[in-house]
Parts: sequence; C-alpha cells; structure tokens
Amino acid sequence: MPRLLLSPLSALDRGLIPAVAEGIEAVLPLTVELATLPVDPEEVWDEERGQYHSTPLLDLLVKTAGPGEGDRILGVTEGDLFIPILTFVFGEAQVGGPGAVFSLARLRPTFYGLPPDPSLLIERAVKEALHEVGHTFGLVHCRNPDCAMRASTNAGEVDLKRATLCSECARLVG
Amino acid sequence: MPSILVVDDEKVVQESLRRWFGDYGYEVEVATDGKEALARLVERSFDIMLADIRMPGMDGLELLDRVKEGAPTTVVIIMTGYATVDYAVRALKRGAWDFVKKPFDPDDLSRLVEKALEHRGLVAENIQLKQSLAEVSDFGDIVGESSGIKKTLELVRTVASTDSTVLILGESGTGKELIARAVHAASPRRYMPIVPVSCGALPDSLMESELFGHEKGAFTGAQYRRKGKLELADGGTLFLDEIGEISKKTQVDLLRVLEDHTFTRLGGQQSIHTDFRVIAATHRNLEEMVREGTFRQDLFYRLNVVTIPVPPLREREGDVPLLAMHFLRCLSNQMSRRFEEIEPEAMRRLCAHQWPGNVRELENALERALVVGVPPVILAKDLPLTAPGSAGVAPPPGATSLASMEKLHIQRVLDEHGGNVSRAARELEIDRVTLYNKIKKYDLKRG
Ligand SMILES: [Zn+2]
Ligand SMILES: [Zn+2]
Repeated sequence: MPRLLLSPLSALDRGLIPAVAEGIEAVLPLTVELATLPVDPEEVWDEERGQYHSTPLLDLLVKTAGPGEGDRILGVTEGDLFIPILTFVFGEAQVGGPGAVFSLARLRPTFYGLPPDPSLLIERAVKEALHEVGHTFGLVHCRNPDCAMRASTNAGEVDLKRATLCSECARLVG
Repeated sequence: MPSILVVDDEKVVQESLRRWFGDYGYEVEVATDGKEALARLVERSFDIMLADIRMPGMDGLELLDRVKEGAPTTVVIIMTGYATVDYAVRALKRGAWDFVKKPFDPDDLSRLVEKALEHRGLVAENIQLKQSLAEVSDFGDIVGESSGIKKTLELVRTVASTDSTVLILGESGTGKELIARAVHAASPRRYMPIVPVSCGALPDSLMESELFGHEKGAFTGAQYRRKGKLELADGGTLFLDEIGEISKKTQVDLLRVLEDHTFTRLGGQQSIHTDFRVIAATHRNLEEMVREGTFRQDLFYRLNVVTIPVPPLREREGDVPLLAMHFLRCLSNQMSRRFEEIEPEAMRRLCAHQWPGNVRELENALERALVVGVPPVILAKDLPLTAPGSAGVAPPPGATSLASMEKLHIQRVLDEHGGNVSRAARELEIDRVTLYNKIKKYDLKRG
C-alpha cells in the first residue's frame, strides 16, 4: 500500500498526530508514516502579510521528501497559511500530485477568542487532513454536506462535515 | 462543470485562482490582459469572468464593456485593489455583477461564485433587463440651468475628448474640483484615476515627496517606499488644485516634470515616466501674479492651454433655487433629516444673498439650516444669513486695535471661503487649531 508521510513542521498538540494518522488510514488506501523532514516554514514567511505562503511550502515539502511512486506527503503547521489572492487558506494540496499541507492556526477555537478545546481541534484537524490528502487522489470539492471533500471556508463549515468520504468520493478513490 | 475565466496581469494571481477554482473542479482558464481575454471568449463561452480592474492596455472596465456587448451571458466579477473601489462602483453601474477586493476572504469568494453561478442561469434567460440599469448621467453633480454654467459645461464637453492641459478659473467655492472631475469623467482617461493635489496645503519639503514619492530611507521617517501623486496618476488625470498657492521651488519642480513627465522618487536613482493629463485650478489671477513676479511665466504658459471659467454663484441667474433644492435633498439623505421644502421667504433671502463664498457657502448655509431647523420645512430664521452686505468689509470706526483688526480680517477670510476652516487657515497661514481657537475667542461666524 502507498505511504503517507505525515510531517509535523513544529511540535504539535498531544494526541493530534495519532488521531490524524488513524483518521486517514480509516478512510484512504494509505499507510501513514511519521516523517520528520528538515523543512523550515520560515523560508516561506511573507513579511508583508505576516503569514506563510502555502504554495512554495508544498513545493519545499515534496522536494525534501522525494516521495516514491504513489506516496503522499502531508505537512502540518502551526503557521497561518495564505495564497496571494486570498486572506488565508486552511490548507493546500496538489490535485492529483503528492503534496498536501494544512494549518492548525485557524482550526483552534482560541483563534476566534473561544476557550481552548483540544478534542474539537483534533476533530477539525482530522477533517482537514482528509480533505487535503483527498485532493491528492484527484478529488475535487463535493456537494455532499457530510463529505470531508466539501469545501469549507470557515471553521463552522469544517464542523458541519464529517471525517469521512461520501460514497461517490470513496468510489473515485478506489 | 462551471467555467471561469480569470483575467489578471499578475501571474501569481492567475495561478492562485487557477488552483483555488481547480479544487472545486471548475474549468479554469487564465488571461493576462483584456486582449487575451477577448480572444479566449471568441474560442468558447465562460459562465464567469473574474477580471482585475487595473491592467496594462485595456483595463477591466473597457473589457467589461466589450464582454457585455459580445458575450452578455457571461457574469462579470471585477477584482480591485484597495485604491480602486471607486472604479469598481462605476463598474457595477456599467453592468458588472459584483466586485471583490483583493485579497479575498475565501468565504466571500466562494459565496460570491456560488451566487454568480445561480445568477448565470437567470442572466441567460433574460439579458435585456439587466442592461437598462447601467445608465448614469454625465454631470450629475453639477446642478444649474443658467447660461453661465451651461457655457462652462459646454466647454467641459469640448475639452474632455482632447488631452490638452486645462486651467479652471473661478472664485473660491465655485466648484472647480467638480468641473475638473467632470472633464476627467468625460475623457478617454475616465477608467483611470483622477488624483487631486492640494497645492497650498503642504510645505515644500512634504510637497516634494507628495508629488514624486520617495524611496525607503530617503529621509528620516521614510520607512517605506511610497509612490507619489505623479505616479498614482499614471494613465489618468493629475488635478493640481489651488495652483496659485505653490512656492517658487515647487513651481520649478512642476515645470520640469510637466515638460517630459519624467522624474525620480526622492532618494531614488531610477527615472520614472508616467502618462497623465494635467488639470489645474485656481481662484487667483495668475496673469497678475506673473506680472508681479510671484508665478513663473513659463509655468503659466504651460498650464494656460485651455481655460474653463467657472462663474461665481451671484452671476448664475436662477441657479440658487435649483442648487438649494439639490443640497436640501442630498443633505437630508446624508444627515437623515426629513426636510422637503424651503419656505418662500427663506428662498427669497437665499436668492437675494450675494454668496461671496459661492456654491460652497450655499451648501454650508443649508447644512446649518438642516441642523437647527425643524423638518420638513426650512424657515428663513434657520438660515445663517444676516441682512445682505453686513459681513464686515470696512472696519467700523474705532476698530483699530490689533485684536479687532485680527478679528475682522479672520471673519473676512472665513466668509471668502464660505466658512471652510481648512481653506481659511491656509490663506491665513496659520494651522487649523489656531484658527479654531481664534474663532472661539472672537466668537466668529462660520458660513
Ligand atoms: Zn464527497
Ligand atoms: Zn479543498
């Protein structure tokens, strides 16, 4: 079975890595391996925006990991991500390619002035991980409200979907 | 599958949006400019076109016009930087479906595109309805039926289509800036900015960086590179307001740049060329200033190509009631005060007044009346007008102390500027705070 190299780009919350690994293995045909890659997000820090540019971060991840045939690489960062035309992105992936990355910054309730909620953070992280890695299987956004491939542009929308794929998306992943 | 055409001259914007919409499974194509976009639209149709408003060559608005004509079922969304929201609003009037400000909130963008796709269905069914919404009047802000103002507007229309330098002459408060904007709005440069420069407002040292911009570190406090007004006006119109107030030094600077439109930023090496039309305005008699030696003759000749005189309000027969009602409506809206009428006695007084501060004084008078009056009718007593001609001209006998002369002088200047403190302060060469203090001290009237 192809591998998913799960690469935390900084120290992450307790329990987050195993939960993401389990969530992915339960839904996608991948074996998750933890990989500590020498990728420094500071290289894609944008001074003017005060955020990290996700597109070159993806390139950096893929270049550093050098994944084998069928392997994927998923970076997890604390840093708030953006692409130039948008104020932020939760994550980014190469549709049909090996790379995916997502950020915990806006998944944290504290970002919105709410008290910390470790289990909610983990739930959201699993959904975003599935979503971005789903893109690497060539999946595009899905209209099914429960499906992890549904587009979410705010944290509330992340909470509405489930950490699973609808039957249609699951069929496409094969 | 929905299809989107992204038009932007920045590669990084094209690629970001290609990826973003690609995630949705939309068919995305990109074009670098208006010409390329039109070529794509000849090849195939798109549900949505997302176009930047400012691009080299054909700008977003011109592209919008062509697309409305050639591919009316395509829903056009305009993208703007923060500085061009004015133009985006104009784009809406010309039939753009909506606009988004860069950078976009992902939430807004996805909702906008969703709604646009819904709308796309409706547009395809009924194209005609939409186009009738786009009409805007050319000179909507300039109100009047007098022969004087009609002549002025006639001139505006004639010179607008040329690229000549225009000099607008008129007393303070006659609305010279509105005329400048009207020239710009009727000119082929109308989709580009008009950039006003208040020539009397800044000391030389600041004026330089205001006009030419500066590089980072050009002087203490220059923490960032900043574009000057000359650069901001590229492609559009540079409006030099109160040109009679500029210092000798700035006259030399301006003369040089008006000759070849080339300059360097303060602290910079690179010479920059920009393309702008010049419109200047003044309430002063520049010819006389040239004779006195306070205004350079060569600069005067360069500016004095076509002149548009703006008549003072007292010479605009019959315009006072029209303007008064116009301001009544606008101000009622702005201030949320439900005024509908001006009683006949009040109107008679408005018509009898000489209006040394011109249209601006009239506007200020109505603004005050709206504040003190009781809706829905403006009464004569609500107007800040005393008996005609009493607003101190010659000092009354005995008023020769420095303080009383100062008081009279300040009142006169205030009246000349229709009660506008900023302008009066500039003419008096004191700052606004000082002027406010003096107004309080002497209990002066504004407007
Ligand atoms: Zn699905
Ligand atoms: Zn996605």
